Amino acid sequence: MANPERKALQAKEKSELTSPAEQTRPGLVFTPAVDIYETDKDITLLADMPGVKPKALNIDLHENVLTLDGDVNPPEGADEVDVIREYSTGKYYRQFTLSQVIDQDKIDAELKDGILRLQLPKVEAATPKKITVKS
Amino acid sequence: MILRRITDWPTRVLPSPFEELENIRRQMDLLTEGLTRSILRETTAGVFPLMNITEDKNNYYIRAELPGLKADDIDISVTGDSLSISGERNLPVEEEKAQYHRREMEQGKFSRIVNLPSQVATGKAEASCSDGILTVVLPKAEASKPKQITVKTS
Repeated sequence: MANPERKALQAKEKSELTSPAEQTRPGLVFTPAVDIYETDKDITLLADMPGVKPKALNIDLHENVLTLDGDVNPPEGADEVDVIREYSTGKYYRQFTLSQVIDQDKIDAELKDGILRLQLPKVEAATPKKITVKS
Repeated sequence: MILRRITDWPTRVLPSPFEELENIRRQMDLLTEGLTRSILRETTAGVFPLMNITEDKNNYYIRAELPGLKADDIDISVTGDSLSISGERNLPVEEEKAQYHRREMEQGKFSRIVNLPSQVATGKAEASCSDGILTVVLPKAEASKPKQITVKTS
């Protein structure tokens, strides 16, 4: 991908998750924005999860379903009164179905500055191997 | 209710004027529900980043969600009663051979100025950025802190 256009960022409201299963604790649930791209060797997933500390993030892989679950503590102190409230805080939750192609033991996760980077290496058998034809 | 009279002329029974109004009110409710549902949600300035401003007795707290931005990437400046935040959000450049499945994260420049309800002490402002959340603490100027006035009893 060549240089994307440097236009101004648009404000986007966080997309709330309307899930059939209710949370045990009351609160809003949002789906984080993700970028997923694939190279020959692995699949990388980047997710916007501001306010989630590494300890509060649960990544679970079960039966080829990858679940991202990040808890957010409301940052306001107890005495604070709202003047302007433009966004709400709530936990982040999103699920993805992975194909068999992922080597599930070697998944690498890093949460920095509110961005989660998940590296999913492909199984050896799935990396395309060039077969040279001898003449 | 339509009553058929002997003369075969359908007329309406007496309570009907109010029934008519009821009907109209119900239709209007259905029409406006589509509009009010979105108005009742938070109104935003529509400029990135969305901010929450809260206050307590001594300070204003301004928070914005800026994932992926470190303290150096953000320019914050404060004048007597307004705060200006600007910067640029970049996603790490990935290899050329990458094939995108989903592309939902955005990048680009942003710049926003907000007015505060009252003056702040610009010298003592503090800002910190952790886990993608920027928090700016602005102590209120002495003149704008609430002061108790004791009522004298004579």
